[in-house]
Amino acid sequence: MKRSITRLLMAPSVVLLLAWMIVPLSMTIYFSTINYNLLYPGRNNFVGWMNFEFFVTDPGFWIAVSNTLILLISVLVITVVLGVALSALIDKPFFGRNIVRVLLISPFFIMPTVNALIWKNMMMNPVYGIFAWISNSLGLEPIDWLSDYPLMSIIIMVSWQWLPFAILVFVTALQSQDTEQKEAAQMDGANGWHIFRYLTVPHLARPIAVVVMIETIFLLAVFAEIYVSTGGGPGYDSTNLAYLIYNQALLQYDVGVASAGGLFAVLLANIVAFFLIRAVGKNLTV
Amino acid sequence: MTLTQQRKLKTILVGLASWTVALLLFFPIFWMFITSFKTELQAISVPPQLFFEPTFENFSLVQERSDYLKHAWNSVVTSFGATILALIIAIPAAYSMAFFPGKKTKDILLWMLSTKMLPAVGVLVPIYILSRDYGLLDSKLGLVIIFTLMNLPIIVWMLFSYFKDLPKEILEAARMDGATPWDEMIKVVLPLSVGGIASTGLLSIVLCWNEAFWSLNLTASEAAPLTAMIASYSSPEGLFWAKLSAASTLACAPIVIFGWFCQKQLVQGLTFGAVK
Repeated sequence: MKRSITRLLMAPSVVLLLAWMIVPLSMTIYFSTINYNLLYPGRNNFVGWMNFEFFVTDPGFWIAVSNTLILLISVLVITVVLGVALSALIDKPFFGRNIVRVLLISPFFIMPTVNALIWKNMMMNPVYGIFAWISNSLGLEPIDWLSDYPLMSIIIMVSWQWLPFAILVFVTALQSQDTEQKEAAQMDGANGWHIFRYLTVPHLARPIAVVVMIETIFLLAVFAEIYVSTGGGPGYDSTNLAYLIYNQALLQYDVGVASAGGLFAVLLANIVAFFLIRAVGKNLTV
Repeated sequence: MTLTQQRKLKTILVGLASWTVALLLFFPIFWMFITSFKTELQAISVPPQLFFEPTFENFSLVQERSDYLKHAWNSVVTSFGATILALIIAIPAAYSMAFFPGKKTKDILLWMLSTKMLPAVGVLVPIYILSRDYGLLDSKLGLVIIFTLMNLPIIVWMLFSYFKDLPKEILEAARMDGATPWDEMIKVVLPLSVGGIASTGLLSIVLCWNEAFWSLNLTASEAAPLTAMIASYSSPEGLFWAKLSAASTLACAPIVIFGWFCQKQLVQGLTFGAVK
């Protein structure tokens, strides 16, 4: 009796999520095996692996895969390393710490499209941007970031957005660190670096695992920043998988090939997630 | 130097370093904010101007050019609609998993988390086609449905970790008095966890407000929320920085201020309760 009630209470969530996962995914699998272009309706014959071959041999494919991974790894390294350093910096009280905290986390709440437009125009514009002005003041040649270093520009934008998240998580975690342990270490003559290296960093192992997992979910799917700033270009230089598939589906109307690409993205995410969710799953208290 | 002097000096140095980093990271937002009060000419002046006579013209021009209020309304409706809907669906599930856990509860929770691992782009095409076939393209209802499903796992997790921390004795007392699980949920658990439910809701609103992938791909002029409206300023003809800044400031201000107040809850929610 009671068991059936608890199941009934869970049912809506479970059924909806199951449908949200299975229905579109099986459609993607089906579309990926047929000839399906929105511009030529009614020619939906079975083509086997052709869409996959087509997607994988696209000149942008390997560039997009490597861009996706470069973006993922660079942003993870930047946000975790700087995040740990900065959270350790603001862990102790100083004048105006609360304001500093508020300033530091703010970029996380800026929507991705605004983020990309601020950086593209007001920061990185080679003529009127702040960076160009700084370069000129120092007597250097201004850099045309989006044309010359498109992927690095995207990495900067995305890191700016996610560094605050890492700081926020690490600061929260540091507050639960044992202060007595630290004091004892100090008494024994440990210096600041030793305490950081042997007490703080191990304490942060779990929060780091969590940050890496959450960021990975979002970083594999970076889209709006590219869409708004570089449009994947020049060439394929800043195209990631998400953008390549979008390009295939909604700009070239080739549903079949886009679906094959979508499955590839799912596969890639699963390979990455397989290791992550195992590492982190152990750390989640249920 | 004595030891206390040394400590004081260290605190001052740490403070200075922290302030420098914080101001640098905040600078783009600050710059966007003040640019929104400039004229277009001042906005692109070299060297950049820090002091100028502020104008409020941009804000009214943004309303004229791209009907800001309509898109803001779309953002409000989709964020709040999806959040309320998701809470209604998630509360019973989280309640049942927290208070009547079975052998499979942990598996179900981890499975829910794993649905977040499915990249949106992998299901872009079917969702686009389904939306088109059911008339949900460029409609607020379509976005509400997507946002609800998108955030449901996070919301269940977050509520679950709140419910789990409630004192079990109160529930047992209620059960002794003959309360059914339904009564327990409505009359005992919900009133006790208003705070937790509110912060879960806040997190969901922030995530919906800033969502860009589905908004950009599934809406056009009618249902476009602010994220998609701002993207229209990326076209060359929209290169008016002062207006762009005004639109961006209007789009971000509510949620940034919102975020300042619920940062702690955001951490718990986004890390699925693993970091407290």
